[in-house]
Amino acid sequence: MVRRNSLVFTIVLVIFVLALLVVLPIDEGILGKKGVQLGLDLQGGIHIVYQADLSAIEPDQRADALDGAKAVLENRVNPLGVTEPLIQIQGEDRIIIELPGVDITDKEKERLARVDLLEFGELVSENETAKWENELGKWKPAVAEIDDEEKVLTSRYFKTNTYVGQDNLGRIELHFEWNEEGSEISEQVTSRLSVGKQPMGIFDGDEALRGESGRPVAPAVQSTIVDQGVITGLSLTDSTRLSSQLNFGRLPVPLEIIYDQTISPILGSDFVGMSVKAGLIGILVVMLFMVLYYRISGLLASLALVFYGVLVFAVFKLWPGFTLTLAGIGGFILSIGMAVDANVLIFERMKEELREGRTLGAAIEAGFSRAWTAIRDGNITTLIVCLILFWLGSSIVASAPVQGFALTLAIGVVASMFTAIVVTRTLLRLFVGSALARRIRLFSPHLGRK
Amino acid sequence: MFDIVGKRLWFFSIAGIVVIACVISLLTLGLKAGVEFSSGSVMTVGFEQEVEKEDLEEELAGLGYSNVIIQNVGEDEFLVRLPRLSSAEKTELETDLTSVFETLTVREFDDVSEMVAAETTRNAGIAVAVAAVGILLYIAWAFRRMPHPFHYGVCAIIALIHDTVVALGVFSIFGGIFGWEIDLKFVIGILAVIGYSVNNTVVVFDRIRENLTRDTRVGFRTVVNNSLIETINRSLNTSLTTLFVVLALILFVGTVIQNFAVVLLIGVIAGTYSSLFIAPSLLVVWRGGERTRTAR
Repeated sequence: MVRRNSLVFTIVLVIFVLALLVVLPIDEGILGKKGVQLGLDLQGGIHIVYQADLSAIEPDQRADALDGAKAVLENRVNPLGVTEPLIQIQGEDRIIIELPGVDITDKEKERLARVDLLEFGELVSENETAKWENELGKWKPAVAEIDDEEKVLTSRYFKTNTYVGQDNLGRIELHFEWNEEGSEISEQVTSRLSVGKQPMGIFDGDEALRGESGRPVAPAVQSTIVDQGVITGLSLTDSTRLSSQLNFGRLPVPLEIIYDQTISPILGSDFVGMSVKAGLIGILVVMLFMVLYYRISGLLASLALVFYGVLVFAVFKLWPGFTLTLAGIGGFILSIGMAVDANVLIFERMKEELREGRTLGAAIEAGFSRAWTAIRDGNITTLIVCLILFWLGSSIVASAPVQGFALTLAIGVVASMFTAIVVTRTLLRLFVGSALARRIRLFSPHLGRK
Repeated sequence: MFDIVGKRLWFFSIAGIVVIACVISLLTLGLKAGVEFSSGSVMTVGFEQEVEKEDLEEELAGLGYSNVIIQNVGEDEFLVRLPRLSSAEKTELETDLTSVFETLTVREFDDVSEMVAAETTRNAGIAVAVAAVGILLYIAWAFRRMPHPFHYGVCAIIALIHDTVVALGVFSIFGGIFGWEIDLKFVIGILAVIGYSVNNTVVVFDRIRENLTRDTRVGFRTVVNNSLIETINRSLNTSLTTLFVVLALILFVGTVIQNFAVVLLIGVIAGTYSSLFIAPSLLVVWRGGERTRTAR
């Protein structure tokens, strides 16, 4: 018996060291970049779900259109410099994008899913309705009539060879070329505007495209423009970003935001700090309670709890695709409280056995075997709930917190059964036959009271 | 030795009063659905200088956002619940607020469309229903070897309903006072409470089952009371350790996880009470006239 226990103890130690090696190094912080993958709510970032309007597309071409939209989104996201963007199709008509750790402006966010990145406009004449309004006046879309059809001049007619250059004076220029259709529209529009050198406004969504100076970009049209043009006055960053986004063409289908969660990265890192603090203090209080109440047994249970914590973190790190969210941390911290439940059940049982006059060794064995059914039955309910939550998570848009909670709690419950039954028991058995074992009150201090 | 079963009328009365109060609160105050279930936008804004909730409220009303719910979630930090904002409306709102209150940081922005909200509500409802059925099946299975499995199952379910109603009811009171809305974290909390509640009852019932087979000389009532006394330390200790960690969550993580943690806090307390003072005594009441244990 003793020899077998030493073997189990060695195995437990080996598992502990291995788990510790997985969890370390802590140089980046336990939850840092090299640590567990953090969810958006903990590192900040953007989670958007788009609904594609496929009504204008033939049913057999819808999948292709959605793929095309996804490719365009990918290319528009790339210039933002996100390290690990996730862009995927969900179901038949949805696209999810997750941009962890990113903090972009509303403008940039809105631009991601806009069909036409840039629109061209001209000043309204009296009594005309305006689409845009700024310090330069009221504007309407620049329209040309081609084959009896009104067409608006937008960047959808740009060729995909836009580039950023400099003029002789070193000013930044954004070069673009019109495609065939664009050339026709541009010719009509600019020939009209060049009379009296009227300004042509360039609009970025609801607002004017603004240059480095903050003024709207609205060059006066000098002459008829047919195949190519230049936009000047933009900052280098803006032009570079715009040019790469323009080159990836327009979205084949309109996308509407149906879910948006944007968390500032600063807030995310606050949450990590707060939850680490909550977890550590929670563990310490539980340990203190266990030691005060169950003395040596409690101390061993606390050691088992350390083992538990390290083991669970190692599993978090090794589990493929595991992402830790705030709700997941909630599940983990809750599982700490529950992890000692198995120990409590066993210790209370041991106490009864000791009261009936058994030796420590016999009490340990009886305590564990009698408590087992209660531990098993009790934990099954929690696992059922985890299973259902995981399934719920798979069917809703805000899946990360729900699934994160379910997974961490389930991992915690299974790990807690293992630590209570294998680790605590092995540690307790080490004492059997030692001098301490005769001082039974150290293991079960409340024996006398009943 | 305490005679818990003997004082059952007291314990039933306390539970009855609490449950009735909770039901009244649920019927009158109700639970307010958050954006995840009812669609809309929520913005958490932080200011560098002192800003009063009333000033923010007034300013928002001036901008045409009346009837918004504003919750103070930290020092000069507010959670603002708005109708759905478009990107342009949001930018405008931020610009306006910045011009009045100076530095403003949007710490979190959530926007949920009606379609997603309806989907989430439906699926969360289905999950709760499936969980209830799953737990019922489990109870039927766990107590299959009991002398009267049906009695044990029903008593466990009554305890479960008690815990859930108390958790919902107390939360609705908090909702009425602090303007808390229910969200997915709340649903997670309720499901965790359901699991916890059954867990506690199962441990007590497990002991009753064991003691019934062991000692055939004493009456059912005494067996139940003995089993309770034997498991009461375990129940209280486990609840305490769970409460410690839940309190740590409430104190150190706060608002973002408050729905989950508060529901758990209430549920754990209610669950401990019902597993000790309601479910076992109900078993005894059901077996009312029986002086001795019936044969298995």
